[in-house]
Amino acid sequence: MIAPSSHGESIMRYSAFSVFLNALRANKSWQPAWRSPVPKNHYDVIIVGGGGHGLSTAYYLAKEFGITNVAVLEKGYVGSGNVGRNTTIIRSNYLLQGNNPFYELSMKLWEGLEQDFNFNAMVSQRGVLNLYHSDAQRDAYTRRGNAMRLHGVDADLLDRNTVRQMLPFLDFDNARFPIQGALMQKRGGTVRHDAVAWGYARGADSRGVDIIQNCEVTGIRRENGRVVGVETSQGFIGCGKLALAAAGNSTVVADMVDMKLPIESHVLQAFVSEGLKPFIDNVVTFGAGHFYVSQSDKGGLVFGGDIDGYNSYAQRGNLATVEHVAEAGVALIPALSRVRVLRSWGGVMDMSMDGSPIIDRTHIDNLYLNAGWCYGGFKATPASGFCYAHLIARNQPHDTARAFRLDRFSRGRMIDEKGVGSQPNLH
Amino acid sequence: MASLIACPHCGPRPKEEFTVRGDAGISRPAPDAGENAWYVYVYLRDNPRGRHKEHWHHTSGCRRWLIVERDTVTHAVYAVVDAAAQGETA
Repeated sequence: MIAPSSHGESIMRYSAFSVFLNALRANKSWQPAWRSPVPKNHYDVIIVGGGGHGLSTAYYLAKEFGITNVAVLEKGYVGSGNVGRNTTIIRSNYLLQGNNPFYELSMKLWEGLEQDFNFNAMVSQRGVLNLYHSDAQRDAYTRRGNAMRLHGVDADLLDRNTVRQMLPFLDFDNARFPIQGALMQKRGGTVRHDAVAWGYARGADSRGVDIIQNCEVTGIRRENGRVVGVETSQGFIGCGKLALAAAGNSTVVADMVDMKLPIESHVLQAFVSEGLKPFIDNVVTFGAGHFYVSQSDKGGLVFGGDIDGYNSYAQRGNLATVEHVAEAGVALIPALSRVRVLRSWGGVMDMSMDGSPIIDRTHIDNLYLNAGWCYGGFKATPASGFCYAHLIARNQPHDTARAFRLDRFSRGRMIDEKGVGSQPNLH
Repeated sequence: MASLIACPHCGPRPKEEFTVRGDAGISRPAPDAGENAWYVYVYLRDNPRGRHKEHWHHTSGCRRWLIVERDTVTHAVYAVVDAAAQGETA
């Protein structure tokens, strides 16, 4: 099948056959996955931020809601922000009513994503295990698992012996946090994050969306109380509706319309080790010790911990956190002590005051906000884009995203999954 | 973050001795200030990209509350003063 693009050429559909055909042509016929257009003077919708959420919003706006006169403005290049910096985990193991159906929608979209956007995103439902270490924690996970099942989500409570058979290399008799078992979501897993960005970008572009890279929004122009366009590093661009999806820089963009957000920006670090033979089959989280790990298909262990804890817009963190994460990792998996870390990096998290996101309209009629993803934005990428596109196209929230209102803080309707209150560096 | 914070009482000390509490620019409203004032105080943040003042507690040192002014992009620390010296409360 050949899908027409907006400029009259055709985008080749990827398939085993296309790989074969291009091999016969010495791989000289591959086309760029998306165009590099010059911005038009005006778009129906401008999305600020070409990360996972911005691109998926554009994709679903075009595909599901028929709005194709759309531009995605990205200040860097596609994949340079959090969509290329996360640890690629997907899951829908949420407890609270406002969260669970939304993240399960995301999981269902992940399950059909590669066929939907014709791109190999390496969706791998290898299972996510959350370890527990005490009777109280087991009870809390039992409650969570039951809540998940009541929402139609898969959940299994594993005892110590079952976990030991699956992951014999864990330290089950750690003096502080002996492992008693785990809550497992078998449908959880990992996805290749770059491919998610590229797949959505290509899918949106082929339906007429302009993806404009190296285009930083520097101002938002308003007339008569409505947004009329944005000032950018490539000049003024007009729009009918403006949709913010700027993640860690949400405050910077919201400041342009004097909108103060319930968000603090914090740095979260992640790490990858040298390539090893297959070792860890699942995603394993050690919440008590601030550590989680999975193994990439290249063999590197991909792992991380908690945010550094202080406000930061720097995409790098502190050595003390590196040490803390490494200690927690070795406490859980003693064999890690001899593994060498290849790289570490940081991303800027838009930490909201209750740990849950915002997908809502704002005090300005044609300005929309998607922010506050904390460090859980990657798994939400498909549903966030889908629900945001629904909101932008219809001016009504999608059923699964009704709770993610901007005014929930003033109305006392917090969605505090972790139950720590208004302390963004603790979520 | 810079690795060292110059505590006005203890001198330059490793960052790990301190505990960060958050934005020092917000002050607690009067009990009867009204719902909106309390909403702004509890939930809204300036969250600046650049210079930012925060409360840091020298937990493993003099145990004084400090106001650290630093840059959220470069992580440079500009100034550290005792919170009481500025008469600020949170």
